[in-house]
Amino acid sequence: MHRYRFVLFRPLQFLPVLFGISVVTFVLVRLIPGDPARILLGTRATPTAIANIRAQYGLDEPMWTQYLYFLKNLGAGEMGKSTLYKIDVLRLIATRVEPTLALVLAGVVLALLIAVPFAAISARRQGTVADHTVRVLSTAGIGFPSFWLGAMLIILFSVKLDWLPVSGYGETLFDKLTHLVLPGLTIALSLSAVLTRSLRAGMVAGLQSDIATAARARGMSENIVFWRHVVPNALVPTINLLAINIGWLIGGTVVVESVFALPGLGQLMVRGIFSRDYMVVQGVALTFAVATVLINFVADIITVALDPRIEL
Amino acid sequence: MLVAGVGILAAFVILAFMAPYAAPYDPIFQDGTARLMAPSPAHPFGTDNFGRDVLSRVVWGARIDLQMAVIGVVFPFLIGTVVGTLAGFFGGWVDVMFMRIIDVVLAFPFLVLMLSIISILGPGLSSFYIAMALVGWVSYARLIRAQILVLKTQDFAVAAASLGFSRTRIMFRHLLPNALAGSLVFVMSDAVLVLLSGASISYLGLGVQPPLAEWGVMVAEAQGFMTQAWWITLFPGLAIVVLAFGFSLTGDALADLMGVRE
Repeated sequence: MHRYRFVLFRPLQFLPVLFGISVVTFVLVRLIPGDPARILLGTRATPTAIANIRAQYGLDEPMWTQYLYFLKNLGAGEMGKSTLYKIDVLRLIATRVEPTLALVLAGVVLALLIAVPFAAISARRQGTVADHTVRVLSTAGIGFPSFWLGAMLIILFSVKLDWLPVSGYGETLFDKLTHLVLPGLTIALSLSAVLTRSLRAGMVAGLQSDIATAARARGMSENIVFWRHVVPNALVPTINLLAINIGWLIGGTVVVESVFALPGLGQLMVRGIFSRDYMVVQGVALTFAVATVLINFVADIITVALDPRIEL
Repeated sequence: MLVAGVGILAAFVILAFMAPYAAPYDPIFQDGTARLMAPSPAHPFGTDNFGRDVLSRVVWGARIDLQMAVIGVVFPFLIGTVVGTLAGFFGGWVDVMFMRIIDVVLAFPFLVLMLSIISILGPGLSSFYIAMALVGWVSYARLIRAQILVLKTQDFAVAAASLGFSRTRIMFRHLLPNALAGSLVFVMSDAVLVLLSGASISYLGLGVQPPLAEWGVMVAEAQGFMTQAWWITLFPGLAIVVLAFGFSLTGDALADLMGVRE
């Protein structure tokens, strides 16, 4: 079990990072010129409301005391109130998590469904036209802007073919799924470009490894060698690659949610910026940063669980 | 690969400089009689809802998008190089402090931190550059620091120190030139990231503002007309894809040439 010892100790290393995240989000809102109470409440706030906010955040006290108030409020699950939606930011965020989470999951699953077969073709037929095509596509794919890819998919599948809805989310499960296909595909196409490159490299190494040679020597067919021995090994580093790219993936959802008018966290943040709803911007940024740290931690645990040779 | 990559980049640079001559029309001239026209010999990329020529706007867009990619890379590169050199060379508390800051910056999703900073500075291209400089330096700092840590123990560095050279001279004249290869390769893949971020932020309405012809802005403006006019969306996006491909190819070729593995 000592391989899993890091599960206990790693969270301690998070503390300075979490501290830093809280300082950055705190400072961001304080950097806005003007009276913080007015900024938090909007221009039409009543004097009583302003007095309440001053007391809650200790706005007349020194900066570091204000920071402690900020932490205390955070500890109580209090991220302030949205000036636009008039409800608590944490509750607002809770209502918007589902589309974003579903979008990330759809993106990752679809990306694997695209990347594994392409990487397989490329790795098993090295030097052929198919291999070169996959490599050029995966190099070019990294440069596909997601907002443009999303718009092109809408033009093709919604406008020309009329197969899928243009935008929005929907109420029933089926409705939601149909609304997630194109946004998910947009994320997946960009992501699969990154995954294909790494998977191909892993598969090429795997095909030449001793494991593969030993399996062939035992008389296994090339197909079984590849799918049972090479592919699973090539997939382990992919989990880490996904974790490294999670920040980039979340950035992608922010843009894609705006393209497809998906009511997720990213769209909430962008609208918050336009309506100067600073508490919402701060809350979403904080949520995304903490989620990134946690996801990297979980990815480490999964990697260790999957590959007995790895020690962290 | 190098030829293809550099060729693409050179073509865009020439296009950007020659925009007034290369573009067949004025990029912001609105021709009321030629709205939403499909591609034709007179307008190879068609026209948009204001009757502006899409080809001319894509050509002029090369100016803004190239500038965005270059400036968006240069400042993070300079800041990151200096920080990475100092942190790697001095070690100790200087190193610890910078590394903790880097950890925090990297904890935020890149675009989310960019947008948070822009929300305070207000929308615009200069806000994008400032946000980029504040966020983008971390990758360069990490790359350079790792190199300096290795280089400073090598014989030539020890020899320079024993000759009594100043620390500044050792850092910037002896160590840094040897540490740069990796980050010069990274510059190319970073340029792709910066280009995509700048175009995305402009698409969201928080970067370059209309009526300027920037490719992300053009796609955003086209979104209301997707049902009637696919060409307004297609061509500016293709321009981004090709320019990004040019950066990627050049980066891959440079990596092979210099023997650097990313």
